[in-house]
Amino acid sequence: MALLEVSNLGIAFGGLQAVDKVDLRLEQGGLYGLIGPNGAGKTTVFNMLTGVYKPTEGDIILDGKNITGKPPATISKAGIARTFQNIRLFGGMTVLDNVKVGLHNQVKYSTFTAVLRLPPFFEREREMRGQAMGLLKIFGLENDAKQMASNLPYGKQRKLEIARALATNPKLLLLDEPAAGMNPSETEELMETVRFVREHFGITILLIEHDMSFVMGLCEQITVLDYGRIIAAGTPEMVRNDPKVIAAYLGG
Amino acid sequence: MQFISYLINGISLGSVYAIIALGYTMVYGIAKMLNFAHGDVIMVGGYMVFIFMVNLGLPAIVSIVLAMAVCTVLGIVIETVAYRPLRGAPSLAVLITAIGVSYLLQNLALLIWGSTPKSFTSVVNMEPLRLAGGQLVITGESIVTIGVCIVVMVGLSLFINRTRMGRAMLAVSEDKGAAQLMGVNVNGTIMLTFAIGSALAAVAGALLCSSYPMLLPTTGSMPGIKAFVAAVFGGIGSVPGAMLGGILLGIIETLSKAYISTQLSDAIVFSVLIIVLLVKPTGILGKKISEKV
Amino acid sequence: MGLKNLGRTSRKNLVTYLIAVLAFVILEGMVLTGNISNMLEGQLVPICAYVIAAVSLNLTVGILGELSLGHAGFMSVGAFAGALFSVSMEDTITVTWLRFVLALIIGAVAAGAMGVLIGIPVLRLQGDYLAIVTLAFGEIIKNVLNAVYLGVDENGLHFSMKDSIALGLSENGKVLIKGAQGIVGTPRDSTFIWGFALVMLTLFIVLNLIKSRTGRAVMSIRDNRIAAESVGINITKYKMIAFSLSAALAGVAGVLYAHSFSSLVASKFDYNLSIQILVFVVLGGIGSIRGSMIAAAVLTVLPEMLRSFSEYRMLVYAIVLIVMMIFNQSPKMVEWRKRVFAGRLKGAGHNAAKKGGA
Repeated sequence: MALLEVSNLGIAFGGLQAVDKVDLRLEQGGLYGLIGPNGAGKTTVFNMLTGVYKPTEGDIILDGKNITGKPPATISKAGIARTFQNIRLFGGMTVLDNVKVGLHNQVKYSTFTAVLRLPPFFEREREMRGQAMGLLKIFGLENDAKQMASNLPYGKQRKLEIARALATNPKLLLLDEPAAGMNPSETEELMETVRFVREHFGITILLIEHDMSFVMGLCEQITVLDYGRIIAAGTPEMVRNDPKVIAAYLGG
Repeated sequence: MQFISYLINGISLGSVYAIIALGYTMVYGIAKMLNFAHGDVIMVGGYMVFIFMVNLGLPAIVSIVLAMAVCTVLGIVIETVAYRPLRGAPSLAVLITAIGVSYLLQNLALLIWGSTPKSFTSVVNMEPLRLAGGQLVITGESIVTIGVCIVVMVGLSLFINRTRMGRAMLAVSEDKGAAQLMGVNVNGTIMLTFAIGSALAAVAGALLCSSYPMLLPTTGSMPGIKAFVAAVFGGIGSVPGAMLGGILLGIIETLSKAYISTQLSDAIVFSVLIIVLLVKPTGILGKKISEKV
Repeated sequence: MGLKNLGRTSRKNLVTYLIAVLAFVILEGMVLTGNISNMLEGQLVPICAYVIAAVSLNLTVGILGELSLGHAGFMSVGAFAGALFSVSMEDTITVTWLRFVLALIIGAVAAGAMGVLIGIPVLRLQGDYLAIVTLAFGEIIKNVLNAVYLGVDENGLHFSMKDSIALGLSENGKVLIKGAQGIVGTPRDSTFIWGFALVMLTLFIVLNLIKSRTGRAVMSIRDNRIAAESVGINITKYKMIAFSLSAALAGVAGVLYAHSFSSLVASKFDYNLSIQILVFVVLGGIGSIRGSMIAAAVLTVLPEMLRSFSEYRMLVYAIVLIVMMIFNQSPKMVEWRKRVFAGRLKGAGHNAAKKGGA
């Protein structure tokens, strides 16, 4: 059974059918790409998968569980984490605290325990801190732990967002244009990190990216969207040579 | 007969709320901010009419026009000095600034005109209309207020939908960035919105004080807040919504004063707000605005 | 490194507690040696009440990032619930401290429950609605309490919205709430020591909450609602926790305040008081608990000492609000400060008011 099975997914805003009849099948541990021209509906698909938008049609099955139209927090608990195209960090909090928020449903104690500073508070906080620092280390952010997230340089903000998403212990990680605004060497480094994350955490990754060398070099399977519909799907090689894809990108 | 008379009073009061609510709703639609100081511009308008008409002895209509001019300038100054620097700042900051401006106007008025109420002379010089053999009396103030409200509403709708500047306002309220790219002067349009809203506030001030002839530095705050409730009620951002919400609120307030309790009428009005937000958060004619992810 | 970081926060909080203790010791010393003006002595308990109110409002404004304009309304609910209890139990419970503790609990629960009640419809909404609804709530509470008559006799409680006579009390009946005249004869159970203890308790609760899983969840909603949801934070739940706790603590402030005067009227807790508390919060720094505490205390004492200034007090407050906001939050000013103080900027506070915008 596939980790994620999406069938006939569609959403209409008013009269506009933004996404139509999208089918996706992601196997456990795979690295997938979702590409397409601007406005093709890629982020909209992400938003439906994570519950930001309620699909008007279709089903989303994660690990055998139907999560279609569930609220974002429920979907996060079910095992999908994401990053955002326009970075969304908790700017007024430290880098460490950003990751700790990601650990919210992993390490728990009650508000009552927190206010009274009962022993479990110290225990769990220590545990949380250990896990958070571990994640920061993977992304080379351990020395920025006490910085305000909003003061980080752009590249590190992108990394922190991935670290925070991983903190939720997801089965599936969605990355929305992770390489946007990065220079070639940073992009190269990011590719390494994404591969490492997949290996290390054994998770499935689906990413949206405009940088073709990034997607082609990284993903095993690529789905191409245009005007809200899938126009091609397959290995990078197949997609690259598909005349419909070339036409879509050339504006044909 | 009694009921109809209350109803007409309600519509008249509601017309004032509607005119004030327009200022809120236009500013909210275009600048996406809640201009808390709007109610206090009404108060300034009231004092201006008082000064021009009572102290300087000018004719009512001239006094109102002059008060509109003063409030327009005031609105533009407030927008430029206090709100413009905060464009793009968190909405909490803008809201607190607006409260600060509201407080500033009230306390300046307190220092200038003192806390003794001024008894306002009505700007309306018109015989009451007697119907049904004198059983139903409609005051000149009510007739003029309702009339002005209709004129303002029609005029504003025509302005927004038929003129270049009006369409620019619509464009800015839809999408500031896109409007700018299309060559709309966004800052100018926002300023124009404040100018129109403030001029209308002066009119509302004159009408309000004519029907309720007590002028105090705090005169504008309660009607301002209620007009905001009216704007939310009708659907914030919607011009017809402001009209509908204003009149409904005026009727609710007047009827609850008449039939339930004078003391509790404000509580009832505010409960209406909470109920509306529970049942239909976008108000009667409002549309949903969702954040782009 | 772990201990060092924990240590830093604790040290910061410790300073806050120390300031409170120091202020208490100095003022109490002045009281004991008789070196205090009558005016200031009379203000000691209200100062504590304002500090609690300001700190609790900061929980809503600075930590949750929502504007509440009805904080005085929650104080009012607490004050009336607590005072009503004390007045009716004055002869039954004669142990002062026990009666006062019970009054505090009742006031806190009543105000907290009201917070939940208001929170349910409003916290689901986004934008500026909370501000306007809390304002409306404050007005509703004030109007309703102004119109309520409540009395008690051997037949039980009597309630009216008209006047005391309409209560129809028997001869040995007692009017508890007298409409606009409010509650008269509240036992003056609150003392400066009580006030200080409650300030410390409030600081303890709020500071501990902020530095915890719950506090981080609340702040994540403030900083970016959509991202918070995406990592599995239950938005409504945490908004509700922060908002109702803030209301409950305002209720405590109300009980404390009510028991320092023998009469209590609803009109005291109006929109102006809500704004005044907001001024404390803004002036002390949005999100800074220590700042709220200091601002509330100083701004209550100063105008009392500078009588000639009191006429301009509100005017100055208004200007300060505007200037502070433009200086702290205007995008241009933020950029300017970043340039000038580059490297030295820790970022604390200036982002506190940021909401989940794009």
